[in-house]
Amino acid sequence: MEQQAVKLPGKSMASEHPHAARSARARRRAWEGPLEHGIEALIRLCGVSAILFVFAIFFFVVREGVGILGDLDVGKFLFTSEWYPTSLGNVRYGVFALIVGTFSVTVLAMLIAVPFGLGGAIFVSEFTSPRVRETLKIIIELLAAIPSVVWGFIGLSVMNPLIQEIFHVPIGLNVLNGAILLALMSVPIMVSIGEDALKAVPDSYREAALAMGATRWQAVHRVLLPAAKNGLLAAVLLGVGRAVGETMAVLMATGHAVNIPTSPFDPVRTLTATIAAELGEASVGSAHYQVLFVIGILLFTITFVVNLTADLIVKGRGRD
Amino acid sequence: MFTETAFIRTKRRQELAMKILFGLMAFAMVLPLITIVTYLFVQAWPLLSFDFLLSNPTHGMRKGGVWSALLGTLYLVTTSLLIAAPIGVLAAVYLNEYAKKNLFTRIVNLAVVNLAGVPSIVHALFGLGAFVLFAGVGRSILAASLTLAIMTLPVIIASTKEALSSVPMSFREACWNVGASRWQTIRGVVLPNSVSGILTGVILQVSRTAGETAPVMFTGAVFFKKIEEGNLLGYSLSDQCMALSMHLFTITTQVTDAPHALPYATAVVLLGSVLVVNATAILLRVRLRARKRW
Repeated sequence: MEQQAVKLPGKSMASEHPHAARSARARRRAWEGPLEHGIEALIRLCGVSAILFVFAIFFFVVREGVGILGDLDVGKFLFTSEWYPTSLGNVRYGVFALIVGTFSVTVLAMLIAVPFGLGGAIFVSEFTSPRVRETLKIIIELLAAIPSVVWGFIGLSVMNPLIQEIFHVPIGLNVLNGAILLALMSVPIMVSIGEDALKAVPDSYREAALAMGATRWQAVHRVLLPAAKNGLLAAVLLGVGRAVGETMAVLMATGHAVNIPTSPFDPVRTLTATIAAELGEASVGSAHYQVLFVIGILLFTITFVVNLTADLIVKGRGRD
Repeated sequence: MFTETAFIRTKRRQELAMKILFGLMAFAMVLPLITIVTYLFVQAWPLLSFDFLLSNPTHGMRKGGVWSALLGTLYLVTTSLLIAAPIGVLAAVYLNEYAKKNLFTRIVNLAVVNLAGVPSIVHALFGLGAFVLFAGVGRSILAASLTLAIMTLPVIIASTKEALSSVPMSFREACWNVGASRWQTIRGVVLPNSVSGILTGVILQVSRTAGETAPVMFTGAVFFKKIEEGNLLGYSLSDQCMALSMHLFTITTQVTDAPHALPYATAVVLLGSVLVVNATAILLRVRLRARKRW
């Protein structure tokens, strides 16, 4: 005891003089009050930052594009497909073909991705052992981590010749190529969100169904799917949102031709790809530059409406 | 004894069929991952070496390595992480621990979802308009990192929120009952118990940032930049930089006569670093989860 006191003077002081320790604690309490207030204010500020950022994004994209809004015939802009932003004699900004391009790729991607995404979610959540589930979830996570530019590269250098060979078409850079890439990119999101939705259904539902003699599939089909349908819908919508907003993969894999597609083997160009490809060439403040920002406003609005609708549907039904 | 009726047999067959169907759907995801990684790796093999990582691109990006792009990505990731991680974690703390169940909170949550849903190219437009032009930061690592930070904020918020909400309410109640304040409870009980989830979110943000191309294309990444090889301090925050993701884009679309293995090797470096980061997150999470006390 004596030796320890010599070795650790600080500690022995505290044990010999309890007042010293108490006053230290009191001192700590004195600055902890204001500190706590400061931290809580910071937490609140960070909490609302998401709102600030969404407004800031809208504000600054509009700010750069607003100059041309007055001169732009909205009907012509949205519903003609003549996109000649750099024409010397007759500049025309019609994004209809780009909108159709975006939606054709998205729809085809969802047709591929939704069954796989939901099926995968059901399997991972309901039909497998914990060990297989963990392994699959890791693989899904890794698949989701592949950057979009790598997907684009795969589309360009792997899928392109593959599609040419399998379907005997002259170009492999088309709607199908982009859709397959987008499907591969959005399946992991759907599986993980869908699995969360299924997991959120209380176990008592499963137990009740199984106790009635239902098989697992019957329990899934009759009990879990109806109970989790809002979450599953959210999973699909998030996949749609990702597909609409995806830039690099579709830029590299869909052929980049302003074109209204009549088959999955036609090349198209999407809204996102147009901005990515042309913003570098348009000089700051020029009409072309401003129109690209107007396309940005359009994209922002589309995704905002999709997300808002999804949220209203999901939350609205959840209340019943 | 129990005998199997036709009804039960049908039920069991149906069950098996569905299990196989869903199983195939799930394993359909395993196949592309393995195929892609293997294929890219095999194609890239002739060029892969430490020298490739540590030397600058040369000959109009037809030869040499990826050093300046690799370091640029490292700078972008680190800077945006330093910006996004504190804001994201605190925002999640607010949403999970402070926010009341009211319309305002609903709007905040909606804003987070919408922020996650904003297309990456719109983030690029925002970064260009707000940071590069309006704030006068110019095309630089800082402007690109700010753009990336805002873009990946929802990743951190979502995973942190999930981690926080998985801490049982009784933990907080016990802490409050011994007289701890709200923040003391968060610091002493909630955060330590959810650190694995938070870390996972932060690491996921890293891998997402490393792969993003569109947001950095117009805010700070350049086609080509030469820096001192092997010097980790080769860039400063106000410099423009190369980024691996953009480098892959340029050498596949702009440089047409590059040797076959070069874009593959670049893709492997990018994909490899992203997957290694993600695998680290997964390992960490598994280890920390094993230590969980409830």
